Amino acid sequence: MKFPHRLHGKTIFMLGVMTVFGALGDVLLRKGMKQVGGITAWSLSALGHAFVRTFRTETIWMGIGSLLLFFVAYLMVLSWADYSYVQPASATGYFFVVLLGYLILGEVIAPMRWIGVLVICLGVMLVGGTPPRTTEEG
Amino acid sequence: MNARDAVLLAIIIVGGTMGELCVTRAMKIIGEVHTFYPHHILRTLGRAFRVGWMWLGLVLMGLGFFSLLMILSWENVSFVVPVTALSYVIGALGGKFMLGEQIAPRRWAGVLLVCVGVLLVCVS
Repeated sequence: MKFPHRLHGKTIFMLGVMTVFGALGDVLLRKGMKQVGGITAWSLSALGHAFVRTFRTETIWMGIGSLLLFFVAYLMVLSWADYSYVQPASATGYFFVVLLGYLILGEVIAPMRWIGVLVICLGVMLVGGTPPRTTEEG
Repeated sequence: MNARDAVLLAIIIVGGTMGELCVTRAMKIIGEVHTFYPHHILRTLGRAFRVGWMWLGLVLMGLGFFSLLMILSWENVSFVVPVTALSYVIGALGGKFMLGEQIAPRRWAGVLLVCVGVLLVCVS
């Protein structure tokens, strides 16, 4: 099926929103979980306590808010574009997650990890060159 | 990566991807979103939550989310999130076999490249 031209602009815009807020959300979750501390006990009561501690942490809620913005943008773009286009095309977020992990959390990123993430992005560029919709409009 | 990491990553990848496929199915039933006014978005979300696939998708994604929180309590985000890119394999297969989407050879090549990248992140 031919890809309607009108879909280009809004698809790219929504993918941008998804990339930024998705990456920021993940980084905030890691920051919040560091504050909560490592969950090492697997008993129900220990998990319950960890659950309460997690959702009393402000940074977790900031992360969830950011991921909710990501999710709404994601739902919108899925209403017109193929899942197997949207999922890979939004994967530039992987690079931003690592970058924000480095900048905000001070994570040490080995050169091999940067290369790995760039290879992921290269894969994304290949995938992104395909049309956003291959099924019939319903 | 230890066994505990592997189990949680598997739940994040499989649960998250299957959940996204269910949510996609729900949004395809709703139809294309044409405008972005808040009340239109809310109305669309209201309609989406009356579709069973949406709820099944949210339960699976919730399972993936809690597993993500758990693993993020001890692993770096720069390791965990790139590894979850393995969901591309499941996503492409699911898109093809559950939703009837056509996956071009070029797209398969991209998916494979993403897998190589994930492997490099794992060994780093």
